[in-house]
Amino acid sequence: MSDIWPALLNLGDQLAAHVSLSAAAIALGIAVALPLAVWASRSPAVSRAALGFASLVQTIPALALLALFFPILLSLRAVFGEGLPTLGFLPALLALSLYALLPILRNAITAQANLDPGVIEAADGVGMTFWQRLRLVEAPLSAPYIMAGIRTAAVWTIGAATLATTIGQKSLGDPIFAGLQTQNWVLVLAGCIASAGLALIADGLLGTIEKGLKTRRRALTFGGLAAVALGVGAALFTQFGGSDERRIVIGAKGFSEQYILARLIGQQLEERGYAVDYRDGLGSAVAHRAVTTGAIDVLVDYTGTIWTNQMGRTDNPPRDAMLEEIAAWETDTSGTHVLGRLGFENAYGLAMRGERAAALGVESIADLAGAAGGMTVGGDPEFFERPEWIAVRDTYGLRFAERRNFSPTFMYNALQSGEADVIGAYTSDGRIAADGLTILEDPQGAFPNYDAIVLLSPETGSNAAIRAAIEPLVGAIDVEAMREANLSVDREEDKLTFEEAARRLADRIGL
Amino acid sequence: MTTEVQAALEFRAVGKRYGAVEAVRDVSLTIAPRQFVALVGASGSGKSTLLKTINRLAEADSGEVVYEGDPVGSLPLPALRRRVGYVFQSIGLFPHMTVGENIAIGPRLAGEKLSPARIAELLELVELDAGMADRMPDALSGGQRQRVGVARALAGDPHLLLMDEPFGALDPVTRDALGARVRKLHDELGLTTIMVTHDMAEALLLADRVLVMDAGAIVADETPQALLDGHGGAVAQDLVAVPRAQADRLAELAR
Repeated sequence: MSDIWPALLNLGDQLAAHVSLSAAAIALGIAVALPLAVWASRSPAVSRAALGFASLVQTIPALALLALFFPILLSLRAVFGEGLPTLGFLPALLALSLYALLPILRNAITAQANLDPGVIEAADGVGMTFWQRLRLVEAPLSAPYIMAGIRTAAVWTIGAATLATTIGQKSLGDPIFAGLQTQNWVLVLAGCIASAGLALIADGLLGTIEKGLKTRRRALTFGGLAAVALGVGAALFTQFGGSDERRIVIGAKGFSEQYILARLIGQQLEERGYAVDYRDGLGSAVAHRAVTTGAIDVLVDYTGTIWTNQMGRTDNPPRDAMLEEIAAWETDTSGTHVLGRLGFENAYGLAMRGERAAALGVESIADLAGAAGGMTVGGDPEFFERPEWIAVRDTYGLRFAERRNFSPTFMYNALQSGEADVIGAYTSDGRIAADGLTILEDPQGAFPNYDAIVLLSPETGSNAAIRAAIEPLVGAIDVEAMREANLSVDREEDKLTFEEAARRLADRIGL
Repeated sequence: MTTEVQAALEFRAVGKRYGAVEAVRDVSLTIAPRQFVALVGASGSGKSTLLKTINRLAEADSGEVVYEGDPVGSLPLPALRRRVGYVFQSIGLFPHMTVGENIAIGPRLAGEKLSPARIAELLELVELDAGMADRMPDALSGGQRQRVGVARALAGDPHLLLMDEPFGALDPVTRDALGARVRKLHDELGLTTIMVTHDMAEALLLADRVLVMDAGAIVADETPQALLDGHGGAVAQDLVAVPRAQADRLAELAR
């Protein structure tokens, strides 16, 4: 656990981003909730509608709410133009603000409803206008309750903001997701400690303000406010105070290989003097749309994934023909540039423990059809929704007794512990060899080809210098090199960081 | 110069309904300056509503209320309410303001700062210590709070003081003392006062003129003496009978 300190100290950027995001979301939540509460106090219908909406939002899992803003913002581009960001800060801000709405709104409306009617009558009786009554009587009397709501909202928001990582916003979720991916518990713990600590500090400071308002002690109120302002100000300065040079944003989906390749590309660019930033842990569909819309600049994707998921194709041409068609399709539909293959394939393949497969006499997916009825199949969270799986299932007539979703990293543990009998593994995964797994043959060719390719966003693709910086990677990484790199971060002991693994991979391929 | 004094307040065929209930029906009457008028009636008789049509806490549906020559509907609401002192049963002191700030609120709304000396003077008018100005309302007794309520109503030098069951929540001793004090202030400051009460004894003892309301209409308009002499009709006499019987029984017991 002595590793925890350096891990924590490394989180400065994430902490600053986390504070800025949470503060902005709470501020926006307050800005929407308070006028709404005033309106609601004058109209029971508005009160019911507003509270109903806020409660409904609250029932949506935070992760889903964050993800939903990507398509929403994408469709809003029709109104606001192509400059509207669809990933990162904006969707995270909007989703978290919606989340912060309920506690603030509910406390503000309750506080208004519980105001002594005699006091309100007196305010009218002494001749206050609507605004005077609000400012001089209703606001000061409701303030402690509203502050309690803001406090709850702050704790929720700071916790939920860790999920912003999945839509490409830097936050304290970065170490949590990266650590979860590679079973690096020190990273997970560091992220949790940092975000929990932040929540506790925010709760304490806002609690001080609340107490100051309740007991009418201005020193407490303003002291608390000043401390909050100082913290948020420092975070904003750290984030935006530096140079505002253009950073090249490299996307990565949520598994080790993607993290390593993103660092490898990033290191190549940094060597040539570019500033880079990473958007890690993106979902497959989000990642692809992000690069085609320019939300990220560079992404490593896989031919079979684009072929079946984005292009919706069900045929299975030879790999060169497939790549050519994909490149043409990307150019036509969005102007996204396909730089080329990295050299290895990371296919989906059904994997079993070697001795189990041997004992059952299963060598190919076709052999599995008879035995599947008593088996559990495991896959990553998107696997069973993907057309490739549906194609494989229907081609071989697979009927498994049960199917379970695992995060990619736990899938292999599940196979070892017997919680899954077959998994949808990745063929470039180092754990296939390390764990003694058998990849079942696919005699009918139901799984397409999954060559790893580099995609550049339309704007970045037309930048010759950036292309030249990444070009040396094309065709340079064979599957053995990739497996070794993947295993070096995934294994239980002596784990490398993504940066170290990327550097070793660069050395191995002679860069 | 005419000999006729301008009325302080005039109701012209005032009506007010809440849904199907006719709270006030077609009330017309004139109140002369410096009169102390008690408005008496059972709960739901419309007396509070009629009072509130004056400072428009309730807006009349028909007819109009004229205050010192101006129809109240023509006056800007805040200005009207600052010209009319208003005291009511739940007192409604602002709990987050000191006694002094509560008293000074009306002038403050008009952009005027009340001096500490004037606040002390107002506290003295209601027989409170000037040192109370810095206290918070929750540190006062019920009677003290209503005294502050009266001081607040008087802070803007109104000509008209409206009181809606002002002593209803107070204990009998405090109630009697504060009633007497208000009557004295009425005389000293030359106010026109309208007090809503359900207590006929209080009305008879404090007022110059007693209006009895029943089902939204004025059913009696008499001096206390005339009511005691049996005038004013059945509803009014039923109300007068209660304190009279109590007084008789007390007199018997004392013998």
